[in-house]
Amino acid sequence: MPHRTLPSLRSIGANAIDNVLRLGYAARFIGLTLAHSGTSFARPRLIIRELYYTGVLSMVIILVSGLFVGMVLGLQGYQTLTTYGSESALGVLVALSLVRELGPVVSALLFASRAGSAMTAEIGLMKATEQLSAMEMMAVDPIARVVAPRFWAGVLSMPLLAAMFSAMGVFGGYVVGVVLIGVDEGSFWSQMQSAVDVREDIVNGVIKSFVFGVAITWIALFEGYDAPPTAEGVSGATTRTVVTSSLAVLALDFILTSFMFRGI
Amino acid sequence: MLDLWVGLFVVAGVAALVILAFKVGNMSSLGGGETYQITANFDNIGGLKPRAPIKSAGVVVGRVTAITFNNERFTAKVTLAVDQGYKFPKDTTASILTSGLLGEQYVGLEGGGDDQMLKAGDNIRLTQSAVVLEKLISQFLFDKAAEGSPAKK
Repeated sequence: MPHRTLPSLRSIGANAIDNVLRLGYAARFIGLTLAHSGTSFARPRLIIRELYYTGVLSMVIILVSGLFVGMVLGLQGYQTLTTYGSESALGVLVALSLVRELGPVVSALLFASRAGSAMTAEIGLMKATEQLSAMEMMAVDPIARVVAPRFWAGVLSMPLLAAMFSAMGVFGGYVVGVVLIGVDEGSFWSQMQSAVDVREDIVNGVIKSFVFGVAITWIALFEGYDAPPTAEGVSGATTRTVVTSSLAVLALDFILTSFMFRGI
Repeated sequence: MLDLWVGLFVVAGVAALVILAFKVGNMSSLGGGETYQITANFDNIGGLKPRAPIKSAGVVVGRVTAITFNNERFTAKVTLAVDQGYKFPKDTTASILTSGLLGEQYVGLEGGGDDQMLKAGDNIRLTQSAVVLEKLISQFLFDKAAEGSPAKK
């Protein structure tokens, strides 16, 4: 019997050691990225180019899904609130759920699958076609030239995208609640404004999306940089980016929420 | 061309943040205005929380900044930040009220007739505690029992 259970036990141990090694490598990787960011800030053109690919090209999907999420919130919130006769609180419901949770989280999930996967595939392919090694041969540090600009572009664009998502969602809730259903416009906005706090709700939402941006770009860049230089390796790394960063966003969201909204 | 799009992206993102702060949040009303602090002691604050509004005649005039327990008088010490533009007489009454049946609790100020005004650091002496439902019910039951007992005899 032991000769049957032993190999599986051994593979568990090997997996654990492997994952710890990867985690250490990932930590070293983010350290290197931060250490080399100075050169990419000295050449802002690199960051602007990456902002276009991660930020501008993600804008359409973020704006459209923000609008629809807000419209669904307006519809569902109205259905529930009207049974208590408090449909004037629709604005509060839409705004708080968007600014606190849905804005940062849903836009981070979309960002991970839209921009994160592209980052991993691009860097993984660069590695597979030995472009990264070629850069090293020319004494160009690939971390400074390729990784750091993408990291900062992702970190900068995530809060902006989340803010656009929330603003668009509030507009969608307004369209469905006030324009289509006919909730009173004055109480929609005034109740929202008295319930949403700039420091507690909006700034906390921005902090959340900033943390998500760091996590997603870190995971995406590391998976690309660490991908086995084969077609299968790159495709596996792209899948892992989406899965790992989505799980990381949801877990981080719980941790951040439990710190931020404790007393309220 | 790339720069234009990135510029538009950043402008749209910042505009979304500004919209959230001013249209959705309460940045425009009572944001960073000058306030002065006064205190009030309540026997029971019920469910009052920091940042709850202070209203006078239904108008928001400030916010609750801190709630602490006064261990000498066994009362709750509530610190109120009132907007600099609003002055209240010395004999103002502070009471803890509820907006609506299930709404949030707030501090209501009712001006008196004194010609001296409250200054920063002053203490409001006339206070009225929050209504506690259990006390109300037990009082009602006591009254009923007191009414009922002589009739039985």
